[in-house]
Amino acid sequence: MLEYVIRRSGLALVILLLAVTLLFAMIHMMPGDPASILLGPKASPELKAALNQRMGLDQPLLVQLARFYADLAQGDLGTDVFSNRPVLEMVLEQLPYTIVLVLAAIGGASLVGIPLGCYSAIRHNSLLDRLVGVMSVAFIAIPSFVIALYLLLLLSVKWRWFPAMGAGDSGDIVDQARHLVLPALALGLGWVGYIARLVRTSMLEVMEENHIRTARAFGLSERTIIVHYALRIAVLPTVTILGLGIGTMLSGALFAEIVFSRPGIGKLLHEGVLTRNYPVVMGSVLMTTAFFVLCTLISDVINAMLDPRVRDGESS
Amino acid sequence: MKNFLRELSRDTPGMIGFVIVIIVLALSVFASVIAPADPLEIDVYNRLASPSWQHWLGTDQLGRDIFSRVLYGGRVALKVALISISVALLCGLLLGMIAGFGPSWLDRILVVCFDTMRSFPTVMFALAIMTLTGPSLNTVIAVIIITSIPVYARVVRTQTLAVRNLDFILAERAMGASTLRILRDHILPNISAPLLILASMDVPAVVGMEAGLSFLGLGVGPPTASWGSILNDGYSYLRNSPWPIIAGGIPLILVTLGFTFLGESMRDILDPKLRGKGALNQ
Repeated sequence: MLEYVIRRSGLALVILLLAVTLLFAMIHMMPGDPASILLGPKASPELKAALNQRMGLDQPLLVQLARFYADLAQGDLGTDVFSNRPVLEMVLEQLPYTIVLVLAAIGGASLVGIPLGCYSAIRHNSLLDRLVGVMSVAFIAIPSFVIALYLLLLLSVKWRWFPAMGAGDSGDIVDQARHLVLPALALGLGWVGYIARLVRTSMLEVMEENHIRTARAFGLSERTIIVHYALRIAVLPTVTILGLGIGTMLSGALFAEIVFSRPGIGKLLHEGVLTRNYPVVMGSVLMTTAFFVLCTLISDVINAMLDPRVRDGESS
Repeated sequence: MKNFLRELSRDTPGMIGFVIVIIVLALSVFASVIAPADPLEIDVYNRLASPSWQHWLGTDQLGRDIFSRVLYGGRVALKVALISISVALLCGLLLGMIAGFGPSWLDRILVVCFDTMRSFPTVMFALAIMTLTGPSLNTVIAVIIITSIPVYARVVRTQTLAVRNLDFILAERAMGASTLRILRDHILPNISAPLLILASMDVPAVVGMEAGLSFLGLGVGPPTASWGSILNDGYSYLRNSPWPIIAGGIPLILVTLGFTFLGESMRDILDPKLRGKGALNQ
């Protein structure tokens, strides 16, 4: 197991290193230099040269790349050119909001999706089962920002049930929770049907296995068999898929943060793009990519812990 | 084709998806004939009007007819989907076949490259490129192509690996067939079905991505109509009129549902082995 974790972590590190290099290459390969992008087309050559010097862009490419790696290794993502604040500080300030949003969406979707999938499997081919089948395909396909806009329009602007903007007062947990409902709902709604479908498929397989038949032969109640024996195994593939779905969730979180004017890494990134503040954009992209790679790694490791065939398969 | 349609007619969601796709395609292609007004014509006396006989879906903040803009927006969405998916499919096919059929060292390098590309959350990566190049429809298409290639390439590689050691391929090799001939005449026909299914199921994601970037103000520039820019305009005037948001969202929902249902149905008909696997499993 340890060998698998080390090998998988090594691969994650290589992917992250390549992703960082790709971002660096993008800055230098794209038309127009960052100084011109930041200062606009009317900036004087002297001003551009001064900014290039400040950002170290006047150095040879290899020196810049070495400095880029060295800075990253020390946790330095650069400096915001407008406020002069370290980008890492800005990103870390916003990241908790995004993580809370993503976790709330995953948690909410699992709370509804798992029982729904379980019920579908038990009553399979019923009306609800068919409805879950259609819903799982339908909801995951609709862009989350459209769901966010409709929720905003209906539950916030028209009926005024939930606040439309912000993340709530910092000291008031109830207010923060009320501000979280709509963005989390917009982000998680698509996953409800998907999780339900995964759990359903998995439950149907597990219910046919020998240990369930043995449990029945021992006279255990159907409820005990489902909750204690079948569901515990059936829920495992969902963990893996949720880990891989973090990337989609992060992209969805960006839209939810913008629609509901909620602080978060997506909003920081969008503002960075609109002001063409490229150190902030690159820093935010790097952090989200690192977060995504880490989630995929954790999900793979959990999967390998739960299913020895995964790590054995990779070894061979 | 007849068999396909017969099979499709037995699957209700698939048939609904097929009808939606045909209607949306027809409305977009014939937008210039069907649209009751010029989508760019400004009418300041009729700003943010509710639906009426004159303006079926109301008007936006500049008094432009939303129904006409929705029809023309469909053209943009389908153009982006068609170009980006075709190019990404071709490049993915080529790279995936090289990875699956080439030497193992090349396969390893390419797989790490594909995984690196896939390690970026798509929208975040798109925004990073937009910052450097500036927003435009061409950049949106380029971003979608770049981020889709690894997905197709991965699928092609897996399929190629599954086919390359089958007996008939080994027999072809023994008879002296060239690599190009094996790839073109034997591997390609065997991997084209899952690839086409994947491409059709990718349409909603691409349409959603284009609309999303346009909603963020980074896709289609004004005054061109796109579903995302209609939603962006509607968002700014949300408290004045709900109609731009309602009208901009409905075609997006219909198109994503239509292509998803059709794609799922196509998958079940063309490749029963994949039945029961969702879009995210691909």
